[in-house]
Amino acid sequence: MMDGEVDGPGMEDSGPGRRRRVHGMLKLYYGLNEEGKADEKPESLDPCDINGPHFDPELFLNKLRRECSLGELMDQETCMVKQIRSLDSDMQTLVYENYNKFISATDTIRKMKNDFKKMEDEMDCLSANMAAITEFSASISGTLQDQHAQITKLSGVHTLLRKLQFLFELPARLNKCLELQAYAQAVRSHRRARCVLQQYSHLPSFKGIQDDCHAIMDKLAQELRQKFRDGGSSAKDLSECVELLLQLDEPAEELCDKFLSHARSRLELDLQGLEAEIRPYPSSSAVKDVSARRPSSAAAGSSADNSPKTSAIPSPTSNTDILEFIDRGCNEFVSSLCLVITSYQELFINHAQTGELATKNIPQMANGKLHAFVDDLAARYFSLVERRIQEEKGVADNSLLVRALDRFHRRLQAVAKLLPGSAVPNQGTEIVIRAATERVKQYLSALQSFYMDSLTDVRQALATPRLSVASASVSGGGALHGGSASSRDAPTSLPELLSSLSASILNQIKSVLASVHLFTAKDITFSNKPYFKGEFCSQGVRESLVVSFIKFVCQSSRQFCESAGDKGGSTPPALLLLLSRLCLDYETSTISYILTLTDEQFLVQHHSPVTPVTSLCAEAREAAQKLLNHYVKVQGLIISQMLRKSVETRDWVNTIEPRNVRAVMKRVVEDTTSIDVQVGLLYEEGVRKAHSSDSSKRTFSVYSSSRQQARYAASYTPSAPMDTNLLSNIHKLFSERIDIFSSVEFNKVSVMTGIIKISLKTFLECVRLRTFGRYGLQQIQVDCHYLQMYLWRFVSDENLVHFLLDEIVGSSAHRCLDPAPMEQSVIEVICERG
Amino acid sequence: MEDDAPVIYGLEFQARALTAQTAETDAIRFLVGTQSLKFDNQIHIIDFDDENNIINKNVLLHQAGEIWHIGASPADKAVLTTCYNKTSDSRVVSCAAVWRMPSDWDTGSHESPDDSAHNPQTLELLCHLDDNAHSNAACVLWEPMGDGKRVISLADNHALLWDLQESSTQATVSSTATLEGKGQLKFTSGKWSPHHNCSQLATANDTAIRGWDLRTMSQIYSIENAHSQLVRDLDFNPNRQYYLASCGDDCKVKFWDVRNVQEPVKTLEEHSHWVWSVRYNHSHDQLVLTASSDSRLILSNMVSISSEPFGHLVDDEELSEGEDNHQEEKGKEPLKDSVVSTYEEHEDSVYAAEWSSADPWLFASLSYDGRLVINRVPRALKYRILL
Repeated sequence: MMDGEVDGPGMEDSGPGRRRRVHGMLKLYYGLNEEGKADEKPESLDPCDINGPHFDPELFLNKLRRECSLGELMDQETCMVKQIRSLDSDMQTLVYENYNKFISATDTIRKMKNDFKKMEDEMDCLSANMAAITEFSASISGTLQDQHAQITKLSGVHTLLRKLQFLFELPARLNKCLELQAYAQAVRSHRRARCVLQQYSHLPSFKGIQDDCHAIMDKLAQELRQKFRDGGSSAKDLSECVELLLQLDEPAEELCDKFLSHARSRLELDLQGLEAEIRPYPSSSAVKDVSARRPSSAAAGSSADNSPKTSAIPSPTSNTDILEFIDRGCNEFVSSLCLVITSYQELFINHAQTGELATKNIPQMANGKLHAFVDDLAARYFSLVERRIQEEKGVADNSLLVRALDRFHRRLQAVAKLLPGSAVPNQGTEIVIRAATERVKQYLSALQSFYMDSLTDVRQALATPRLSVASASVSGGGALHGGSASSRDAPTSLPELLSSLSASILNQIKSVLASVHLFTAKDITFSNKPYFKGEFCSQGVRESLVVSFIKFVCQSSRQFCESAGDKGGSTPPALLLLLSRLCLDYETSTISYILTLTDEQFLVQHHSPVTPVTSLCAEAREAAQKLLNHYVKVQGLIISQMLRKSVETRDWVNTIEPRNVRAVMKRVVEDTTSIDVQVGLLYEEGVRKAHSSDSSKRTFSVYSSSRQQARYAASYTPSAPMDTNLLSNIHKLFSERIDIFSSVEFNKVSVMTGIIKISLKTFLECVRLRTFGRYGLQQIQVDCHYLQMYLWRFVSDENLVHFLLDEIVGSSAHRCLDPAPMEQSVIEVICERG
Repeated sequence: MEDDAPVIYGLEFQARALTAQTAETDAIRFLVGTQSLKFDNQIHIIDFDDENNIINKNVLLHQAGEIWHIGASPADKAVLTTCYNKTSDSRVVSCAAVWRMPSDWDTGSHESPDDSAHNPQTLELLCHLDDNAHSNAACVLWEPMGDGKRVISLADNHALLWDLQESSTQATVSSTATLEGKGQLKFTSGKWSPHHNCSQLATANDTAIRGWDLRTMSQIYSIENAHSQLVRDLDFNPNRQYYLASCGDDCKVKFWDVRNVQEPVKTLEEHSHWVWSVRYNHSHDQLVLTASSDSRLILSNMVSISSEPFGHLVDDEELSEGEDNHQEEKGKEPLKDSVVSTYEEHEDSVYAAEWSSADPWLFASLSYDGRLVINRVPRALKYRILL
């Protein structure tokens, strides 16, 4: 390497190719094989490779001689000679180069030897100088030693003197501070001196100073306390005051108490003001209450009770609205409460935590006191608020209440932030919840009374045009065959009443829902409480408002059936019919509509089980059914009373030959027609069995019924116990039991069938209790034929009418002393004439 | 536990009047009075052979008229009263009379029933319960458990208390009570209370129920509008002295405590037409029988207002250890008033139903078409009441 640098430029530089080759040969020469083994291996194995390490000249020669021609041998030989020559010259060059390098290296070494010699001399000289310097330095510090000690001592004395001077001056300084009311400085000074004075108090002079200081500090503390008690000063002053007192080793507990009682007196003033707003009369007692409570705080300082007598009697005039009230409560009470909490925490908790006072567990103690204090006052505040909320009875403007509650709740959040872990905000939320549920209850009762009122209206509307209903029905009865005309001019039509009733109820529900919805509005702070998100929506609004109302509607409808049952007529039948239709409408659509509306508006998430729509619908349907059944009963009763009276009051044995249909029967047909019209207004027609081609002309003989013929055959048949099973089976074949007071379906035909069944069955039973003469029987025949002519059209199955009328005629024939039935043609003539 | 099938007996006439023979406590015997305007009316004496499930009948003629009401003497098996309609000169008159059955009415009847049917014996008239002032008797009531010497007849708006003398051949009115009021008032039904030493009577007129003290013949209580329509029948609870059942045209059966008549204690609405008759079981007053013109007879178990609301308490202590579990199960069962069963063997209006005086688990009902049906309380219920 080195030779490359040194000799490179001097010797041949005929190109990298050559150098490389030379290099390779040198390596070969020195046995170095830096090239990869892969190159080396194939060379090494071949003994004929002239460049390989295993080269065997004998083998090589033999090979040449064997393989090559003479010419080739000759060429090989020349080539070999040429190569040997060039190798020789390369060798020479290398030797030369290396020689030069050795020479230059020797020169360099020699030169270095000379330089080192010189350097050695200079180093010797340097060490000699350093020794001299050390010597001088030692002598100088030796001379300065004494003076330095003196100076240190002097400065110590000086400090001590200054301290002493401070001590001696301390009483005067403190006095001065006292005069200037620079309490803070005074306390600071005293604190500085206190330990020293304590330590040297056995020396009379120090003792004197200490006593003086104590006296002054006592005075100062006294003054501070005074100031603290006065309370007139600003919060900042107050806090400074407390801080100083704390530093003066004043017991923190006492200070807390004083501070709180002081704050209490001010907050109670606010509360009294609020209380006075609620109602005139409790305010006086409240004042008494407060002043009775006062002695505890009054004992602390006489100045505490300076206010109540003068300012606590406010004008008892106002009955401000709830928003104002809550506003006032928030602005006065809650904000001052927050202030008190803040300053208290600043003084006793945060501050004490930093200072050395923290060790005395003051924060915990102070915190406990604060909580008790806040809880106590908040409880009183809450009771006031609740009283005020309870006065809020009217349901007119819900938004005011909601806003008031919102504000109330919002302001309490401040307390929550200040005083984490306090129960106050939760209590506040509970109050809001109570108020909300209370409100929901009020809405429910308002809805209920609205419903009852509208029912009264409907009642009146039904009562007033009754005359015209009657007249219309008379005309309808007169023109039986043109009955459709009467339905059009039926006055204040039931459908209109029904639709207006259900519409007004629905509107009322909607408006109530809208009002209640305010409680869950997004911008209301308490709306995101879990209660208002879940339970209020599902239990409060859905269950106890909407569902309860629907249940109430059904309930009250059912009551109409029960109360009216004892003496019919207390509820007009038309109202029963109308309510029945209303309930049916509820069942089919209204209930699910209302509930869907509620669920959508309130996004009800049903955590707890709620009343399903189906059960409500079932209830409504049941109510509708009950009402309609009752309607049938009442109407049937009215008609049957007419029939009963007509049968009971007549002497059927001694009656004259029938010439006319009795007026009662005409009346019965008229009434039935008008009922038919009335029911037709609200209910659909319904299905009836196909009429026979000539229903009105059907004849029936005295013994028309095959059953009766068989049974009452006028001879003694052996009456003995028969095979009971066979007998009952035979009878069951014939008998088709008719349930007289059975449930009806929701259509006109079914209703009319029910009414007619009741009437005719009454007729039958009454007839069986009487005894008839010949003409009595004939009169019954005429009457029944007349009924037959007109009643079949109303019922679902005309055979029913036939059957019952057959029974009536048959029974009267049996109850007849002289059964001589009238000619059918005569009957027809009489009926058509009537 | 299959219940026995009902036993049906057919009369050839229409009939409304049914009673159990009260003085007879060994045989199950009912008396039925027929209603026929054209033929001689009859009194059928129905004996029921419980073991063989067979009915034996005897017929006595009652020629005076059609029978609307029948009552059997509590003391003498052979004595009975009827209220009947008599027609004369195209006038219908209601009368009441005391009768005696011929002493040998049942001799030979078993051998030749056909003969007795063709040659029925006639009732022997003991006395009429009519005086000229009062007629139109609606019903005649025997003094319950009495010696068969006192009856009350209800005629129009009068209640007449009769003393029967000289083996019932003579009757004198000992006292009367009159219902005063506007309009034409008429008693429709009544019941002599077995309590208070038989000194009380309950009557029904129109929709009202009234109680009378027989010692002073004055009204003691009044339930106006007891039913919204006519009251058809009354019955006293045999064990609870203040409890009274009533039924009427409003299809309801109501139970009253006469000390507080503002509200009924209980109301049943099972029938679909007028209820004509209500009867307490004589021994187990939770069992109430009602008959209606919807052709049905309904037996109800009114546990809640019975005198033994918790089952038979007396027997509880006698139960052995082994039966304790069974007893507990029974105790857990809710005591509910319920309809025990509805009997549909009739196909015309059922106007009367009566419990047998001999067998407390057996009753008869009579429908207008003359069909008498004898039924038993279902065995399951019977054993539950007894055990």
